[in-house]
Amino acid sequence: MTSGCPALGVGLLRLAILGTILLLWEALARSGLLFRDVVPSLAKIALALGHLGTDPDFYRNLRGTAAEVGVSLAIGGSIGVAAGLLLGGSRLLGKAFEPYIHYLGPTPKIIFFPVMIMWFGIGPGSKIAMGALSCFFPVALITAAGMRQIDEVLIRVGRSFRARPWQMATKIYFPAMRYPLLNGLRLGFGVAVIGVLLAETKMSNQGLGFMVMQSYSQFDMPGMYALLLVVFALAILVNATISRLGGLDSTQH
Amino acid sequence: MANRPLAEAKCLPAALGLGGLAAVLALTEMLIRLGWVNRFIVPLPSEVFVSFERIILEENVLSRFLATAGEALAAAFLVSLTGVALGAFLHRHRLLRRACESWVAGLAAAPLVLLYPLFLVIFGRNALTIVMIGFVSGLPPAILKTVEGFAGTPKVLLDVGRSFSLSPSQLFWKIAFPSALPVIFVGVRLGLMFSLINIVGVEFLINFGGLGQLVNELAERYDLAAMYAAICFVILVSVFFFIASEKLERWLLRSA
Repeated sequence: MTSGCPALGVGLLRLAILGTILLLWEALARSGLLFRDVVPSLAKIALALGHLGTDPDFYRNLRGTAAEVGVSLAIGGSIGVAAGLLLGGSRLLGKAFEPYIHYLGPTPKIIFFPVMIMWFGIGPGSKIAMGALSCFFPVALITAAGMRQIDEVLIRVGRSFRARPWQMATKIYFPAMRYPLLNGLRLGFGVAVIGVLLAETKMSNQGLGFMVMQSYSQFDMPGMYALLLVVFALAILVNATISRLGGLDSTQH
Repeated sequence: MANRPLAEAKCLPAALGLGGLAAVLALTEMLIRLGWVNRFIVPLPSEVFVSFERIILEENVLSRFLATAGEALAAAFLVSLTGVALGAFLHRHRLLRRACESWVAGLAAAPLVLLYPLFLVIFGRNALTIVMIGFVSGLPPAILKTVEGFAGTPKVLLDVGRSFSLSPSQLFWKIAFPSALPVIFVGVRLGLMFSLINIVGVEFLINFGGLGQLVNELAERYDLAAMYAAICFVILVSVFFFIASEKLERWLLRSA
């Protein structure tokens, strides 16, 4: 096995792995080792996926979740970018307040959900707040780090042309920070999705998280698998799209 | 004397940070006392501070902390064992690595914690569900960093080992593994952070276990001050854990 592994070999191996997993799944489903439908047969999951594709309720809930994630990303992302620019632009402010964001970032945000319910009610507001709170931290930290990485020469060129603060932001800072900003957006999207969906599973009457809990309470296991597959596929797809659109390779930036 | 401005310059950001935090708390206290902020929605910071004693004495916060820590430890053990073994396996089989690495990276970006209703059905509403969620969510970073760690072993070290006619097993245990250990630890630490976040989150969501359940119970009892105190306690525990693991990681990277 040399370093020049042919792409064909990789593709074939992937197909073989997928095939093996599906075969093992089907064997487990038919074995009767687990309670009925805990591992449903592939045919049942495919049927549930087909049913989901034609269910108007699914699209209504998908729109609800997408709107909540979109608004939370817009609010949390813009506040995160503003905070990041402020902290990255001032050494004193960065040293004073960035450690708080750095250490608060990896805390479990879902425990703030009762607070968000008190502040914004049990409707979409509290879910949006959860998503915004979740995505604020990675966006702010990455923006601040990106701000500090800007080549000093570019900033001096902008100042020598007497660029106004707005011109500095749009002509120098944002173009020079496009990779960190997009990376922040990508990470922010990932955590906003988690924040919104988890909040929907806890207390909601709409959204994909609510649908997952409905399947759970009705013991509709094929339906739950189908929903989880769709949610995972959508999350990975949007993540990959943001990376590709921005020319990002997650391992490089 | 010359060092004094330097020391002052170092203290200024910390003082500004702490001062800013104190100012926000004081402002919140004032706004609530003036009636501009509803105290039935946001409790007085002073009440929250006093409630710490109550959650320690009456709500058994320490035994709940131990329950969460036990779950996190079990998940960490599983993540370290499985993640490092799978990472080493992927590194040894290059074709398999090329086929699977992007899948593992995709899983690292997927909202794995959403699997908890499924795990509730499979394992029941008990600690095993929480540990398994912690394990599953912590696994991808541990695998990815282990692969990265082994891939970064300097070739010259391996060549030295081969020149001493070491067997493949000796090459692995005496050279590749020690060399990759600091990066592997970074992965295990990341995995542990993901595990801890999801463990507390699932405890809160399914109302079972340690600290997460405490926050949920206090919210359901509408004991606002104690609920805020419990949230602060969870944050303090997370931050302490994060700082300790970060320091350990730095020490490992320095000594490597």
